[in-house]
Amino acid sequence: MPGLHRKDLLGLKDLTAEEITLILDTAEPCREIFARELRKMPTLRGKTVVTLFFEPSTRTRTSFEVAAKWMSADAINITVATSSVVKGESFVDTAKTIEAVGADVIIIRHAMAGAPALLAKSVKAAVINAGDGAHEHPTQALLDLYSIRRHKGRIAGLNVTIVGDILHSRVAKSNIWGLTKLGAHVTVVGPPTLMPPGLEELGVRVCYNLDEALEGADVVNVLRIQLERQKKGLFPSIKEYSRLYGINKARLDRLAPDALLMHPGPANLGVEITEEAAEDPRSVIVDQVSNGVAVRMALLYLLTGGGREDGLLH
Amino acid sequence: MDYCIKNGTLVDPAAGHVGRFDLLIREGKVVEVAPELVAPDDVTVIDAAGLHILPGLVDMHAHFREPGREDKETIATGSRAAAAGGFTAVAVMPNTQPPIDSPYHISYVKEQGEVAGLCRVLPIGCTTKGQQGEEIAELGEMAAAGAVAFSNDGVPLMNAEVMRCVMEYSRLFDKPILIHAEDRYLAGEGQMHLGHWSTVLGLKGIPTLAEEVIVARDLLLAEATGARIHFCHLSSAKSVELVRAAKARGVRVTAEVTPHHLVLTDAAVDEFDTNTKVNPPLVSEYHRQALLAGLLDGTIDAIATDHAPHTREEKHREYDLAPFGQIGLETALALVLAELYHQKRAPLARIVEWMSVNPARILGQSGGDLAVGSPADLALVDLERKWQLTTADIYSKSKNTPFLGREFTGRVVMTLFGGQITHKLPDFSRPEDQRVKGA
Repeated sequence: MPGLHRKDLLGLKDLTAEEITLILDTAEPCREIFARELRKMPTLRGKTVVTLFFEPSTRTRTSFEVAAKWMSADAINITVATSSVVKGESFVDTAKTIEAVGADVIIIRHAMAGAPALLAKSVKAAVINAGDGAHEHPTQALLDLYSIRRHKGRIAGLNVTIVGDILHSRVAKSNIWGLTKLGAHVTVVGPPTLMPPGLEELGVRVCYNLDEALEGADVVNVLRIQLERQKKGLFPSIKEYSRLYGINKARLDRLAPDALLMHPGPANLGVEITEEAAEDPRSVIVDQVSNGVAVRMALLYLLTGGGREDGLLH
Repeated sequence: MDYCIKNGTLVDPAAGHVGRFDLLIREGKVVEVAPELVAPDDVTVIDAAGLHILPGLVDMHAHFREPGREDKETIATGSRAAAAGGFTAVAVMPNTQPPIDSPYHISYVKEQGEVAGLCRVLPIGCTTKGQQGEEIAELGEMAAAGAVAFSNDGVPLMNAEVMRCVMEYSRLFDKPILIHAEDRYLAGEGQMHLGHWSTVLGLKGIPTLAEEVIVARDLLLAEATGARIHFCHLSSAKSVELVRAAKARGVRVTAEVTPHHLVLTDAAVDEFDTNTKVNPPLVSEYHRQALLAGLLDGTIDAIATDHAPHTREEKHREYDLAPFGQIGLETALALVLAELYHQKRAPLARIVEWMSVNPARILGQSGGDLAVGSPADLALVDLERKWQLTTADIYSKSKNTPFLGREFTGRVVMTLFGGQITHKLPDFSRPEDQRVKGA
């Protein structure tokens, strides 16, 4: 039966390969909307989509907002200052209040792992995790998967290398789930102090040497390095990080001509990736952003029951 | 009220009585134990046919939160929970507000325990003033007031010299130093066991090293000072190994493990249920197996609950913000029966040693046996009784347990403390029970 038969999207760990493929397939027609003159569909008319962000984010929030608006949903943005959480405002209470004003879908970004799961248990509305701590960022991984498929024609069998701070990266976690489920070979590379334990159990190759990890890579996904990690002593300096794990022209030159270079953004240019590398023809960093809107449209459509009757999108 | 408990199976390894024995109880003490007793006319008969009679359980590690956090638990409600779990003595940790660090506080806890009258509440005193980890507290004054042991509990002594002094000084009294072994720097802001599941869930991990380095350090300190130490809630294979080796070379060390560390692994955190957030954290299957092995080979001496009540409001929130701890008095025996007895890893007599005999000995207390002359502290247990845990079964003021809804086999149906019934299952009314006159 077509359609996504679940209330929430909390992470790619929970999804089957079929469900992921369904989302990517549904995103195809959505991606075509970019080429249209009139980018508005009536699909979600009368639905209310709330973005509830406890962490500042321009990209992800805007992407969801555009996706909701192009589908004619009423999109409301709520940004909760982290300070009010510190003041002891109950998270569950906030969530229930938002549902009571009529939200059909709540998109949540939170600094703490598991907050979307707690929200999903507390409300009847559909909950989409837009990033929770170092746990998951499923829509980023979905758009990464979509971008790979769009440019490489497939995902199964590809060698995908994820570079950087794997320990704190929700993007890496969701990518690992999605890529391995769809049959890609995943290598992660970064300093030992930023590498979490137990990755081999997920079917991932762990590497500490970037040049070794780049050998034979079809796709290179470069993670943003949070500069405050250096202050916590997890690596000695930005300069040293750059030299050991930065993507530059010389390293790109050793990649295949049809390799793909990705970054979830916003990039620290000159740190994890040089500006020159980011602008290489193999880079799809800007395309990823547009793909993000398409994937999020598909998801909003599927989670509000779309696809279960005749395709509203086609 | 005097009682004669008839037709039950007594499990009293300390007194060498394991099998069919009747007990006569007068004025709160066991006065006769024999395979078949004729009950005198002036006592009430409790028919224990089909039941096992255990010496009252002794929990050497619980948090009753009084004084200071009576919204979570009081000495009275904690005692009631203890009685429901078959416990007749509970040692309570001093991390209250204010911390129990003076003889006045020790007397207060003891007296509140006596007022509640449902079990023996054994106060533990802080090793350092205000639990601050700096100046040694009045161990002697507290011992004189009734402290049974000393511990800085969840605020580990990071300064090895302070710990060395505490150990040296403690040799004046035959009281153990109870150690919550945790290097605060290694544990950092960790929320759960560092391993596969912390990676999957994106929660900051606590390496088992945080426990192991302090276990290693304090074993060396104990060896050098001759102090008697006891490790709380061990949670790592390496810690068990260190204690095993130390025991072999004669260090005066004992150790405990909690029922939840024996039963659950870090996989239980999967749904972000904050009731799985405990300190030390639930560990991987590898470590759990090592804890079971350590218990079975005698390296670990006791099972203790680390009963840690927290309010619903505190627990019903983001995992990172919820406090560590779960309650455990009502479920301890059922969990241990499930993991060790029903799985045929250990006979009931050993469970009695872990949950009654050994904790009583480590704390230097009476209890742990039902020999003639001993206090009539006991639990009647139906090993095959099936039940499902609901909040209605929980007498503790807090309900923070991950075991709600779990089905158990084996339950305490009655508890006697000092010869008086402190707990009886409401539906404990088999036909024979009518013979319990006026209970």
